[in-house]
This record gives sequence, structure tokens and C-alpha cells, in this order.
Amino acid sequence: MKPGRRPAAAVVLVLATGLTAGCAGQAGSGPPSAAGAPSAFSGTLTVFAAASLTGTFTALADRFEVAHPGVTVTLNFAGSADLVTQITEGAPADVFAAADTKNMARLADAGLVTGKPAVFATNTLEIAVPPGNPAQIGSFADLARPGVAVVTCAPQVPCGAAAAKIEEATGVSLTPVSEENAVTDVLGKVSSREADAGLVYVTDVAAAGDSVQGIPFPESDRAVNSYPIGVVAGSAQAALGASFARFVTGAAGRKILAAAGFGAP
Amino acid sequence: MPRWILAIAALGALFIVLPIAGMTGRVDWAHFGSLVTSPSAVTALLLSLRTAAASTVLCLVLGVPMALVLARSRFPGQRLVRAAVLLPLVLPPVVGGIALLSTFGRRGLLGQSFEVLGLQIAFSTTAVVLAQTFVALPFLVLSVESTLRASGARYEAVAATLGATPSVVFWRVTLPLVLPGLVSGAVLAFARALGEFGATLTFAGSLEGVTRTLPLEIYLQRETDPDAAVALALVLVAVAVVVMVATHRPRVLS
Repeated sequence: MKPGRRPAAAVVLVLATGLTAGCAGQAGSGPPSAAGAPSAFSGTLTVFAAASLTGTFTALADRFEVAHPGVTVTLNFAGSADLVTQITEGAPADVFAAADTKNMARLADAGLVTGKPAVFATNTLEIAVPPGNPAQIGSFADLARPGVAVVTCAPQVPCGAAAAKIEEATGVSLTPVSEENAVTDVLGKVSSREADAGLVYVTDVAAAGDSVQGIPFPESDRAVNSYPIGVVAGSAQAALGASFARFVTGAAGRKILAAAGFGAP
Repeated sequence: MPRWILAIAALGALFIVLPIAGMTGRVDWAHFGSLVTSPSAVTALLLSLRTAAASTVLCLVLGVPMALVLARSRFPGQRLVRAAVLLPLVLPPVVGGIALLSTFGRRGLLGQSFEVLGLQIAFSTTAVVLAQTFVALPFLVLSVESTLRASGARYEAVAATLGATPSVVFWRVTLPLVLPGLVSGAVLAFARALGEFGATLTFAGSLEGVTRTLPLEIYLQRETDPDAAVALALVLVAVAVVVMVATHRPRVLS
């Protein structure tokens, strides 16, 4: 079969593969020419990844496509919890990369993860302030000063859970003016100068460029988020998915992730 | 009426009703009571009702004069003004949120002056009411304006010739005349305010008891407790249905 060059052709190809796999009752993509070369794969790989991985996974997917001609990687970014819901509702995903182990566990509990997910990166919180740091924030304790408008994530989402853990460990209790649903919303409130400070991930500050200023704080090591990656059960591209997961956890992945500010697992 | 029209109409109705029914099927009835009476859910519902009521009042106060000006006077650029006033109807709410932020935010056009006066709108319940009013106002203006046009200006002209001042004409003739349109417009505005999500999240933020209205609570619960989100969604549907049925009666014109 000729590998599809255009995305549309690739989609048709993957649909066809899915259909045959369904009819024959076999999972995995048996490459027609089992030469063992890295380019033995073909078709489309659908990767669902946490929103905080947008930059790194876009770069990783490009590299993976170069290493495997004939393979197209389709990316879907959203909050980890949203992605779990989408997959359990039947969205076609081959690989899932979460921003915390809790959401990966939710997918595994639903019987939708093949094998054991591998942790490929860690992320910690950092204080983000508008350029110029108008409220003169210098430490985590400064966030509790009266009159400082602090925005955090809600405790229900991973970045908020991490913030709560640090509050508990340090005994500093924050009274945020808003508890957002996503770390990007926190960043938006800071870069628009509505908030004096926000708690976001180290990688978010790095990606935001000049629109915010980052203030690292030592207590951030009290809450380290682990990012696991796993192959979705029932994927028609299980072998290719496993290969992509190895690529992310391997040297190539490490280099791109480290450049974006992610910690080693 | 041709049968094919009935068939298509039924299909359209099904398209609206089926998803609501589908959602109802997902409700965890065994825990429904405890899910919708959790402190955060009750706080969010009460905040939603309070802010939506305040926005409706604001819509009435601002919207009726706007509708009168649009329906009863002629001035250059009227069509442009009407289009501008109705803009929130077609704008994505998140765009409305950004617009409000750049006006009433701490660094906004007016927000900076408010800040000097010691008034802070950002992250307050006031911000929620502003966001809701912004998106709901066109519904009221549109409804009252069309009623005004339909009822015509005859009675107002007669009252004026009998010596009534313009203000008396407004209170004693115009307002009673457009009451049905006023009520249905207010109901629509209330319902729209109740469902407001995007502009609120962008402009007001999300904090329990202050800015986290029921739609925002549903959005947040979805992260960890989908059952609670579905249960609360049903509450919002129920409130909307009650409001519509109770007040959206067929018009009775005297």
C-alpha cells in the first residue's frame, strides 16, 4: 500500500486500517514489509496530550514524522481531564500524555490504557507576575500579603492541586481573587495585568515570553507534577503508538522537553 | 399545512429535545439530591439567580429607552447604531469578555478611573453582572423595539394632542402598550444572563460565592466529578424551563 502523502489520504488510510483491524479482530498494525527498519510504520497516529505540552509535543511530532516517513501525527491538546472524558466517550486516540498521574489513572481504571504508562517529564509551579512586578512579589509568602490580587487554578485541576499542596506544606494560606479552570486562564489574568501574581508552571512562564515575568520559589519542590504517557487500549496503531511513547521518553524527547523547562522524571 | 413542513418541524424539535433527554439519561439519580445540594452548588445557584436578576433590572432600565429611541425617532446613522447595539448577539462571549476587560479591567479605559475612586470591578460580583448585562441587553432591546413598531404611535399621538407631557405619555401609554414585549424581553434577557459563561470567565474570573456562577461551577465540576456536572446542568435546564413557562405566555393585548 502506498503511504498517503496528504492528510486526507492518510485519514482514509487509517480508517481503512481500523475497519480491517475491526473485521479481522486483530490489534496492531502488521507492516506489510517486515524489514525491521524504523520506517516500517505508516498511517496516522492520533496523540491526545495535555495543554501544557502544546509546544513540546508539536516539535516532537514534527521530529517523529521526519524519522518515520509515511507517518502523520495528529495532535489534540486540552486539559488532561477533558481528554480523559473525550477518550472514554469514544474519541479515537492512539496515545495519551497527561499532565498528572491522577488523570492517567482515571483512564487506566476505565480499562483504556495498554501496559504501564511511563513518566517522561516533571513540572513545578512558579510565580508569574506582570512585567515590572508591580506588587513587588519576591517569595511565596508575599502572595499572602493583603492587597495582592493573586490568581490560582481551582483545586479540582492539577495546577490548583499543586498550589494547595504547597500552601499546606508551607503553612502560607492564599486568598485568591479567582480560581481558574486552566493554567492558561491564570496566565491570561496576569499578562493582562488584572492580577498582581499567579501560580503557573515553570514551563508556562518560559513559553509566555515577555508577557509575564517568572519568580521561582524554593517551596515549589513540595509539589512536583509527573507527566505519564501511555498507549490507548484498542488502538489500531498500538505498535506505532508505543514507538512514539519511546521517542518521547528517549533522548530526543528529553532534549526538547528540557529546553522547554520540564524536569527529568 | 403541508405534511412535509410538519415532518421537518418535528425533526427540528427532536434536534433540540433529544440532547436534553440524552443528558437526563446520564443523571445519577441515586445521588442527585446530594449532588445538587452540595454547598458549592447551592452557592453557585444562588449567585446565578442574584446576578441574573440584577442584570435583568439593568437591561430594563437601559434597554427600554434604547428601544424607544430606535423605534420612535429618526436620526442619521440609525442603522449603524442598531447594528452596534445588537452586536453582543452575534459576538462570541469570550470576545465580549475581552472587550469588557479592556474597558472595565484594572488597566482598562474606565477601570483605571474607577480604581482611583476606590472602586474595583475586576474579580467582583459587579463584573459578573456587567458581563451578563452586556450579552443580555440586545434581547430586551430587540423584543421591546419590535413590540413598539407593531403597536404603532397612534395612541401616543392622541395622548399628546390631549395635553399629556412626553413623560406622562411614556408612563401611561407607551409602557402599558409594550408590556407583553417588555415581559418576554425581560424573560429572554434573564435566561441569557443565567446561561452566561464565556464573558464571565474571561472578565470576572471564577471564585466560589463571588464570581463562580452555575455555568462556571458546571464547567469546573466536569474536571473531577462529571456526575455532579450533569446533575447541575439539569438544574440549570429546569430553572430555565420554569422561567420560560411561567412568564412566556401567549400575548394578551387589551
